[in-house]
Amino acid sequence: MSLTPLHDAAAVPAVHPTDAGSLGVLLLLVIGLPALGAAVLLLGGRRTDKWGHLLGCATVIGSLVLSLVLFFDLLGKDAGERQLTQDTWTWFTAGSYKVTFDLLYDPLSAVFLLLITGVGSLIHVYSVGYMAHDERRRRFFGYLNLFVAAMLVLVLAGDYVGVFLGWEGVGLASYLLIGFWQHKPSAAAAAKKAFVINRVGDIGLSLGAALIFVTFGSTSFTVVSAASEHAGDGVLTAIGLLLLLAACGKSAQFPLQTWLLDAMEGPTPVSALIHAATMVTAGVYLIVRSNFIFSLTEDARTAVIVVGCITLLMGAIIGCAKDDIKKALAGSTMSQIGYMVLAAGLGPAGYAFAIFHLLTHGAFKANMFLGAGSVMHGMDDDVNMRHYGALQKAMPLTFATFAVGYLAIIGVPPFAGFWSKDKIIESAFADNFVVGLCALVGAGVTAFYMSRLMLLTFFTKKRWEKGVHPHESPNVMTWPLIGLAVLSAAGGLLLVNDWIVDWLTPVVGEHAEEHLSVSPLVMSLIALLVVALGVLVAWVFVGQRDVPREAPVKVSFVTRAARAELYGDAFNEEVIVKPGWSGVRGLAVFDRGFVDGIVEGTAASFAGISSRFRLAQNGFVRSYALALLAGAAMVLLALLAVNFS
Amino acid sequence: MDVTPFIVLSAILFTIGCVGVLTRRNAIVVFMCVELMLNASNLALVTFSRANGNLEGQIAAFFVMVVAAAEVVVGLAIIMTIFRTRRSASVDDASLLKY
Repeated sequence: MSLTPLHDAAAVPAVHPTDAGSLGVLLLLVIGLPALGAAVLLLGGRRTDKWGHLLGCATVIGSLVLSLVLFFDLLGKDAGERQLTQDTWTWFTAGSYKVTFDLLYDPLSAVFLLLITGVGSLIHVYSVGYMAHDERRRRFFGYLNLFVAAMLVLVLAGDYVGVFLGWEGVGLASYLLIGFWQHKPSAAAAAKKAFVINRVGDIGLSLGAALIFVTFGSTSFTVVSAASEHAGDGVLTAIGLLLLLAACGKSAQFPLQTWLLDAMEGPTPVSALIHAATMVTAGVYLIVRSNFIFSLTEDARTAVIVVGCITLLMGAIIGCAKDDIKKALAGSTMSQIGYMVLAAGLGPAGYAFAIFHLLTHGAFKANMFLGAGSVMHGMDDDVNMRHYGALQKAMPLTFATFAVGYLAIIGVPPFAGFWSKDKIIESAFADNFVVGLCALVGAGVTAFYMSRLMLLTFFTKKRWEKGVHPHESPNVMTWPLIGLAVLSAAGGLLLVNDWIVDWLTPVVGEHAEEHLSVSPLVMSLIALLVVALGVLVAWVFVGQRDVPREAPVKVSFVTRAARAELYGDAFNEEVIVKPGWSGVRGLAVFDRGFVDGIVEGTAASFAGISSRFRLAQNGFVRSYALALLAGAAMVLLALLAVNFS
Repeated sequence: MDVTPFIVLSAILFTIGCVGVLTRRNAIVVFMCVELMLNASNLALVTFSRANGNLEGQIAAFFVMVVAAAEVVVGLAIIMTIFRTRRSASVDDASLLKY
């Protein structure tokens, strides 16, 4: 939907995106198929139980096929024509404003479409096996389809209001899926927490969109991008900061990061699809999509970089101390998204690399989450890595695919993560030494915690619970793992000839070349050295020692802080919740003392006066008669006074 | 025609009735005083009717008489009932309906 004045000469975009024409139907179908699937599964009730999961998979795979068709069509066009719009319908007209629902399909949306439907399809297939024994499997697929549809709306919307629609849609789906096992109080609480913290970020998006509308008279990307140069610096910075707040909420960035680790209460495919590959990257998408704002405001970009740096280090440190395999991976997700946000904050030098890392991360992190799900499947849903060990023989296929993801995330060439992370570290050093150092240290810590995770899970000695017999997962779960492993290994191909950079140029503008004092090769070697150091430390401190089955209690301050997620919750509790409570309590006292005092005091005084007057009703007829007489006399006197005055 | 004597008489009768209602305790006497006041007002109405040369005051007087007759029927019945239950015709004794 774009809020465009009906008659406004200023609202003519400088870039003229071509109408999608016959492809418009495909665009609508890409969103429509999963939406239809969700509607059928959620409204159809139990009669769809038998084939519900098959329909759920079919709609997303159908979307994937359509996305591929659209992608290759876009690939065949000239770079300048790679922007298709599709007007769908006018939502409503209010006064002189028309609210329409427009889709925008450009290179950025295209890669997101492939990521969402591609990873989405694999995870849907995987879920058929993972949720096989859940009696609410059909509902699960309904929610997953709803999520995919909402996420597609988010990335295909042609303006901020449409993005907001998708943004809230994925938030809803995330809430429903985190709390899918609602019989567990922890899952219900985690779902609520995610929802509430996301509301804080949503304020940023809604206010940002409102400010954009006030400033530019439209929220359409094409209109705003054409007009953003003429806006004032202060306004642009304010918009940038509001959009950053939105990104922080959705992408679990500091200071709104605390919900992501709790979100791991949801089923593992959900963690893989929503809380690793797609939804949590929506913040990065928003920043890159709003490049026409961020490119013009140095201050907001600095804030973005700072948030990214803090989060990438925080996530990495938290990942080091968690024994819960999914929470360790969630810390890692936070950290990797920190990298993307950092890259997006670098401006024209980093947008393409942010998206590149987002794509490779989508593949390898989904791969590892699904691998973790496979491990949990074999270990009777135990998530504690201290109860794992030596699983590489019991689950060879899971191990092999997980290892590919592992090599990708720590950045070993030629796996995908090496290319994407290396580019970010290079650009960060080119921008600022401290920022680059953060990224480099983060890479080392990443290598440490991922190696720790690998060692605890697949190597070291058996520490299994009694009665647990690890076994390889069924084919329907391992095939998606293989698919994602292939993507994790080959994702670096996107960088051949700088393809991804050129591809995104129509959206994010010309790529700014960084000026690094050392050659990129030296930089890569340094990064690899740091990674090797991280792996070595993990090997010495985890691989060579006996791992206790219970987490040691006497640990350093740093470990304790990391286990407590760097006191993010405690901070919120002290700084936001408690003052909020005191404020509310103060208001309650004010309400009871002052407001109620006025109301009840008025009532009480009337009651007091009445009880005095009541005594006049003494039951003696003669006193009533006297009152009557007095009244008549008064009326008479009044009449006389009126008549003879 | 000089209305003064009639009006004076009417006023005297009304005052007697009024004082009677306020001071006497016996319900029958109070009742009779009420009748006295009604008749005083009737006298005034008829006097002014005569003085003004139309019949409106006399019609009003008839109305008052009819209402007074009806009122006597109901009022005496109430007084009788009260007397039967309480063995007293004092208006001050019948003071239960109060705060």
